[in-house]
Amino acid sequence: MSEIEFRSVSKSFGKKQVLENLSFLIRPGECFTILGPSGCGKTIVVRLIAGFETPDRGTIRIGTTTVADGSKGYALPPENRNIGVVFQDYAVWPHMTVLENVLYPLRMQKVPKEEAIQRAKMAIKQVNMEGLEDRLPYQLSGGQQQRVALARALVSKPAILLLDEPLSNLDANLREEMRFEIKELQKSTNSTLLYVTHDQEVALAISDRIAVMNEKGEFQQIGTPEEVYDQPANPFVFRFLGIANFIPVHVRDGKTYLTPSAKEFLPMPESVQKAKGMSSGNFLAACRPMEVELSRANGPLEGKVVRKALLGPIIDYRIDLGGTIVRAQLQTEEGSMKDLIFEEGDACRVGFSRLLWFPKNGEGEVTHG
Amino acid sequence: MSELKLISVTKRFNQVVAVNKLNLEVQKGECFSFLGPSGCGKTTTLRMIAGFEDLDEGELLVDGEVYSSSYKKYYLPPEKRDFGMVFQAFAVWPHLTVWDNVAFPLQIRRIPKLEMEKRVKEALQSTGLSAIKDLYPSKLSGGEQQRIALARAVAINPKVMLLDEPLSNLDPKLREEMRFEIKDLQRRFGFTILYVTHDQAEAMALSDRMLVMNLGVVQQVGKPLEIYNEPANKFVFSFIGLSNFLKVRVREGKAYPLGQEHGPPISTEAPSKYGESCYAAFRPGEVDLISGSSESGVPAIVTRSTFLGDLVDYRISIGSQEIRVQKPKKNGLLRNGEACRVRINRIHWFPLD
Amino acid sequence: MVDIYTKPKISAAQIVLVFSILVLVVVVGIPVILIFLTAFFEDGKLNIPGFVQILKDPDTYQALWNSLVIAFGTTLVSTTVGVFFAWLVARTDLPFKKTMKALFLVPFMLPSFIGALAWKVLLSPRAGYINKFLMALLGLERAPIDIMSMGGIIVIESMYLFPFVFLQVESALERMDPTLEESARISGAGLLTITRKITLPLVLPSILSGALLVALYSLAHFGVPAILGTEKGIYNIPTKIYERIYSSGGSFRAIRVGTILSTILVISAALILKAQDLLLKKGKYQIIAGKSMRPMLLKLRALRTPLLIVSIIYIGITVILPTVTIFLVGGLKTYGLSFELKNLTWANYLEIFRWKMTKDAIWNSVYLSLGAALVTMLAGTMISYVIVKSRPRGKFILELLGVLPFSLPGTVIALGVILTWSGRFGINIYNTPWIIFVAYIARYMAFSLKSNSAALQQVSDSLEEASRACGATHFQTLKNIVLPLIRPGMISAFFLIFLPALRELTTSVLLYGPTTRTIGVAIYALNEDGETVRAAALASVALIIILVGETSIRNFLARLQKQE
Repeated sequence: MSEIEFRSVSKSFGKKQVLENLSFLIRPGECFTILGPSGCGKTIVVRLIAGFETPDRGTIRIGTTTVADGSKGYALPPENRNIGVVFQDYAVWPHMTVLENVLYPLRMQKVPKEEAIQRAKMAIKQVNMEGLEDRLPYQLSGGQQQRVALARALVSKPAILLLDEPLSNLDANLREEMRFEIKELQKSTNSTLLYVTHDQEVALAISDRIAVMNEKGEFQQIGTPEEVYDQPANPFVFRFLGIANFIPVHVRDGKTYLTPSAKEFLPMPESVQKAKGMSSGNFLAACRPMEVELSRANGPLEGKVVRKALLGPIIDYRIDLGGTIVRAQLQTEEGSMKDLIFEEGDACRVGFSRLLWFPKNGEGEVTHG
Repeated sequence: MSELKLISVTKRFNQVVAVNKLNLEVQKGECFSFLGPSGCGKTTTLRMIAGFEDLDEGELLVDGEVYSSSYKKYYLPPEKRDFGMVFQAFAVWPHLTVWDNVAFPLQIRRIPKLEMEKRVKEALQSTGLSAIKDLYPSKLSGGEQQRIALARAVAINPKVMLLDEPLSNLDPKLREEMRFEIKDLQRRFGFTILYVTHDQAEAMALSDRMLVMNLGVVQQVGKPLEIYNEPANKFVFSFIGLSNFLKVRVREGKAYPLGQEHGPPISTEAPSKYGESCYAAFRPGEVDLISGSSESGVPAIVTRSTFLGDLVDYRISIGSQEIRVQKPKKNGLLRNGEACRVRINRIHWFPLD
Repeated sequence: MVDIYTKPKISAAQIVLVFSILVLVVVVGIPVILIFLTAFFEDGKLNIPGFVQILKDPDTYQALWNSLVIAFGTTLVSTTVGVFFAWLVARTDLPFKKTMKALFLVPFMLPSFIGALAWKVLLSPRAGYINKFLMALLGLERAPIDIMSMGGIIVIESMYLFPFVFLQVESALERMDPTLEESARISGAGLLTITRKITLPLVLPSILSGALLVALYSLAHFGVPAILGTEKGIYNIPTKIYERIYSSGGSFRAIRVGTILSTILVISAALILKAQDLLLKKGKYQIIAGKSMRPMLLKLRALRTPLLIVSIIYIGITVILPTVTIFLVGGLKTYGLSFELKNLTWANYLEIFRWKMTKDAIWNSVYLSLGAALVTMLAGTMISYVIVKSRPRGKFILELLGVLPFSLPGTVIALGVILTWSGRFGINIYNTPWIIFVAYIARYMAFSLKSNSAALQQVSDSLEEASRACGATHFQTLKNIVLPLIRPGMISAFFLIFLPALRELTTSVLLYGPTTRTIGVAIYALNEDGETVRAAALASVALIIILVGETSIRNFLARLQKQE
């Protein structure tokens, strides 16, 4: 298991500057996820580490080896980097059996045949594909092909594992299973894992640390899943990690008001004012749908139920809070027990178990973990 | 009088019975869903109502009028049925502009020009397509194409709208938006909706009443919340949402997890009608997890704890069985391997298969 | 810090790119440029008036006009017949559809000039068997049908070109998303309205695409106009070029006229291809269904049997009749005798295998087409890889040169090859088999590129990258991953070239020498010399070779596909 370090890496394609001056460090044995929208540049990071692309500027280091140096214009070719890669489309070779696919890296390393077959079979067993060694890929399901790709990436005991959206082509149930298996595999092999995805659920479920990237290829925040979810650095991160409510407010003379209707809102805590240096002006109060507390009669604010959707285990409401639509969710059981099943048009009282506060313009600061 | 009535409708394909003696009445203005896994017969039923397939046995009546009957040997072809229909793959004609697509059914009916223009304008405006009426579908997104299909169906002022998985080809965020738009259209134009889907969240969010189907046989008909709270059988329970089935031993009204008969029971209100063993079924959210030191509840161990953001997803093992629990994050976080106690707040009882 | 790897000055990719460009320039580029140069320049100076003068010459002008009329007529007839049968097979409950579909495609396999030969035997105004039969039956003085006419050429060409339209339209109709028509039905439209307003407009791009291909091939056609038209003085551009060159013994003036006519041909071909390209981009709608759903079929009811009979008769006339005729004529003791057992003999057939001329012709065709197929396949694979997979700038030159031969009729390629390889650059291979070899490579390179490109595009980048990530060098990746996966594409490229090259006439007729006749040339030459019976016998043998070749290759490819 090795470290991965990016130092001031920049990369452009034609006129588009995809990454600019990107620096970060992945610790050995860490499960590090880059989370960002499609096209933001996260895949380019993987390709740079793997060696399929060369940086224009900056250096990339894996362990003690500098594998790429943009200013000198050199890059170690992929075959010399001791990596394991799992692609989004699995990239399992259709003309080779499962065993032949998994043997390939060992063949390239010129591992003696007996030992190679043994190690390949062990890798196949590790991904729960025992018994299917002689199958061809077209005989396998998507999930099985993905397991073959995993075994193939692990069998050569690489210093680092790179996974580029490996689960997006699988159905929801299988995704859940596979992300657990990936995490288990990583723990048992102790490899450094870089996972790249746009799916925040996966990122939260498996990562030791998450780096949230915006459309411009800039890291907005790097932290543990709890940190990134609970203490987002800016609205972008907050919005990306899950359904987000943003309530525009303005603060004046120590009181906080809802912006559209100018009705009074919950006051911004003094601690927040001091910490963020904000005491007057326009702001965004933010929270998750489950942090909205609804009640028939007790609650600081007035609201009206505009939409109701019974989704089975969860009830989803859209509440008109003085001109701003706020989304609230609660578990159906709780709704039934506390008489919180509203109809569209009902009046209600609204409170919040927790609010985050952000300045109105600007993305906020970028923090490094 | 009901808007739509199916009497003992049966359809066979070779030896397979795709729809088996279906009886159904849909009221005017209802939003009615057909829900089930693929191959259950819901699409076949919709196609029989539309007229693309004919029923082998039974009768179909629309507003009291016979549209198809095996007894009377009568069959009205689809072009005469006056339904609005929206397909899964949009089926929007690529060689016609948005306007021409929507105007097509009115032209077929030879609606006079002025009236036709009025209706097309209204249909386009109600689906938000007025600005792009002169564009061709290939230049538009999936959501816009589906709106064209909706506008086209709405333009003829149908009494009944048939929708066959209309949102499955759209991405999740768009699906939610379009759901609301469909309901808004229903409110505005006042038609009855027959909706086919395999997505239970969609069916529950959309419908006034719904029908759950499996292998051609109706499993349950009712309001969404009714079906969720009082499922008729094990299939309905498991199809309608995430579910847990715990095998239990019943003794004197008390239910014990299989293999844990000497510990505390999970319920003291177990039925006796299913015999000694049966399933205790419950939702992942209807479970309380208490820290291991407590005295009440069944002892269990957390085998996997996954942080999902708003919720935490747990795999909990009770003896040799594993159940799934989801609790909001604010209730605290249990870690892998932690011992705990499980209390189930609501149980549905089903016989063993 | 470990400094292991420094980028070399020139990458292997760049070398291959340059080499590929060189190959295509030499094989395709130079011949084409020389044609244009010869056409427009006289004595080293640009001479447009001279160019126009030759075009205005009544002789050449007539050939141009004929070409247009024939192409137009053939396109019209082929499209009508093609659409009719396509609709019949794809959208009605006609019985025996699978057999019908296969039989309608047989004309693809048969060389059209052999068909023309058969029809000449049957319907020539003086000695045609059917004419004689009808004259006797109806007591006529003159032959009722004269196949050696513009009309005759159009009809026979259509018989062999209509599969282009049939194939495209049938495929579009069969795979069209049925909900496009169902949504029209539920909107209130009956079947006729749906066909008129929905189905036809949606398959129009396929119809037009097929029609344009017919026009393209008709313009470039040598065999049918040569056999049915030249005797009566009806020439199109390819036959006029041939006539001029051979009547003048290969004079430079004749070649110049040839290049001028070729220029017109190339421009028309380029326009047609551009039109087709635009159609494909703008007009080809995404109408193919994702799931495999059947479109609704029209019930023919009372018309079922009559239409079946019409189809059978059509196949009988266009496929069976000419083939049987060729075999029978090949067995006659002397041409003109009636088809009675006493007049038939095996002698002609046996002679084919003993006579040096025919033996050589068969041998030449076989090894030339095998060789050309092999070389073109390999070169095509290399060049396709550069086009599809690499990024160095300048690969658009390759794409251009690769597509060019599609718009060059065989006649034009032959002329260009003559200009290039008759001593101009120090190499003279005229009258040797090499010139035919080079011409075949130029002619069929486009097919190889198309087939190989298609196969390469199926090999996603991630398959190669995964190999690199597993420790394999680029070269190892090509060997272990890419090559095995594109093998089917390579093999099908091979056969896509071998079979047409084996039976072609248009190109080799301008390039052959006394010892380098191909099968096509031999048949044509025998016909020109009045040796109809021998021509027919050789044609029959050729048909057998082609049919055996086609079917065994098809089975081989099918088995290969099953293995994959």
